[in-house]
Amino acid sequence: MKKDLISITDYTKQEYLRIMELAADFEANPNQELLKGKVVASLFFEPSTRTRLSFETAINRLGGRIIGFADPDSSSATKGETLHDTIKMVSNYADLIVMRHPLEGAARYAAEVSPVPVINAGDGANQHPTQTLLDMYSILKTQGTLDNMNIFMVGDLKYGRTVHSLLQAMSEFENPIFNFIAPEVLQMPRTYKLHLEEKGIRYFEHTEFTDIISAADIIYMTRVQKERFSDPIEYEKVKNVYILRNSMLKNTKPNVKILHPLPRVNEIHPDVDSNEKAYYFEQARNGVFTREAIIAHTMNLK
Amino acid sequence: MSDDKKKKLKLKVSAINEGTVIDHIPAKNLFKVISILGLDTIENQITFGTNLDSEKLGAKAIIKVADKFFEDHEINKIALIAPHAKLNIIRDYEVVEKKIVEIPSTIKGIVKCFNPKCITNNECITTCFKVIAKEPLALKCKYCEKITSEEQISIYK
Repeated sequence: MKKDLISITDYTKQEYLRIMELAADFEANPNQELLKGKVVASLFFEPSTRTRLSFETAINRLGGRIIGFADPDSSSATKGETLHDTIKMVSNYADLIVMRHPLEGAARYAAEVSPVPVINAGDGANQHPTQTLLDMYSILKTQGTLDNMNIFMVGDLKYGRTVHSLLQAMSEFENPIFNFIAPEVLQMPRTYKLHLEEKGIRYFEHTEFTDIISAADIIYMTRVQKERFSDPIEYEKVKNVYILRNSMLKNTKPNVKILHPLPRVNEIHPDVDSNEKAYYFEQARNGVFTREAIIAHTMNLK
Repeated sequence: MSDDKKKKLKLKVSAINEGTVIDHIPAKNLFKVISILGLDTIENQITFGTNLDSEKLGAKAIIKVADKFFEDHEINKIALIAPHAKLNIIRDYEVVEKKIVEIPSTIKGIVKCFNPKCITNNECITTCFKVIAKEPLALKCKYCEKITSEEQISIYK
C-alpha cells in the first residue's frame, strides 16, 4: 500500500518519531542521493513560494528531478481541466506528487486518483501536515523532548490550520499543556477543545497577551489572515491586537522558543529577531530536513 | 363510524399483494425518499399517500412498492431524512416482517458537504462522510474533514 501524507492524523506517534529521527539524520548529512533517477511532480495550483522552495530544495538535495508548475496560470487547470485529469496524467509521469491546492480535500481526492504517493503541501484552510512535522522537529531540537511541553498559541486560532494540526499531533505526547491567546472572534474551535478534553489534556484560554507567557516552553505565533474574514471591519479590529515585542520576553523561561509558520506581517516586532529566543528562521531551515525525511519515508527509501 | 368503514378508509392507499410498505416518512421528505431509493426510475407499481395525519410527525407520508424488497444498506440511506421510517414486508397481503431504518456508519453520496470550499462541491466527486454522532446528526467529510451538522444537511437531487 502506498504511503500518502494528506492529514497529520494519517501518521501514528511512531511515525512522528521516525520522521524526527530521519530529519536529524538529514540535518547531519543533507545531501543523500536517495531519489537518483526518480521524478517528483511539484504541483502548485495556488502559489506558495516558501513551501515550494523548501520542497524543491529537499528534492534536489535527495538527487531527484522535478517537473511541475509554480502557479495555476501556467497549468492546464486554467483551460478547465479537472483535478482528476491532471492527477491521472501526472501520475503517469512521476514517482511522487507534492501538491498545494486552494480547495479543501483536494489532496485526499488526488491520493485516491493517483497510483503514486501524494504529499499534501496545503489544501485550503484544511491541512498542511509537513508544516506540523517541521514544527515538531523544531520543538524536539530546541527542547530535547516532545513531552511535558507548555505550548502557547497566539493570534488566529480559529482559522489557523497550523495550530490545529500542531495541537492534534502534540496531544499524542506525554502531559502537554496548551494556552490559547486569541480575541473572542478567533478562538480555538470547540471540536479541538473537545479533543483535548477527551484525552484529559489541560488547556487555558486567554484574551489578554500578558506576562502569562512566562510559563511557556513554546510560543507559537500566527498571522491573522485578511482573506479569512468576510467582514473587513472585523479584520481591522483584531489585526493589531497581538503583537509580540522583545520587552515582553524579559521574564520568560530561558528555554522558551518563538515559532511562527511565516510569512509574518506585524505580529512579531522586528526587535524580537535578535533575541536568541526567536527561532522562526531556523524553523524554516528545519523544513528542508523534515521534508527530506517525509519524502524518504513516503517512498520507502530509508 | 364502524370498524369496517374505518378499515376501508385506511385502505384508501390500496393494499399490495407482495412488496414493501414504508410508513412514517415525514411528508416534506417524501419526494427525497422516492429519489434516494430510485423509485422514480423503476417500473414496479407504486402508490403513495402524503399529508396523512400522524401524532408523531404531524404530517406523514406512506409509500407502497409492489414486488420490491429492499436490502438493509439500500433502505438505511433514507435514515438521514426519515429516521422514524418503518418498513412492512408484505407477502400474500400479510405483514411477514417489520423493519426500522438505521443510520449507517458511513454515508456515500446522498448528502452534500456544507463547505463551499470543499473539493466535492467543485468537481464531480461522490461525497463520503463518517457519521460521528447520530443524535443530533454530525457528518465528517472524508475530503475536507469539516463537520456537516444536522441543520446544515442538504440532499443531492
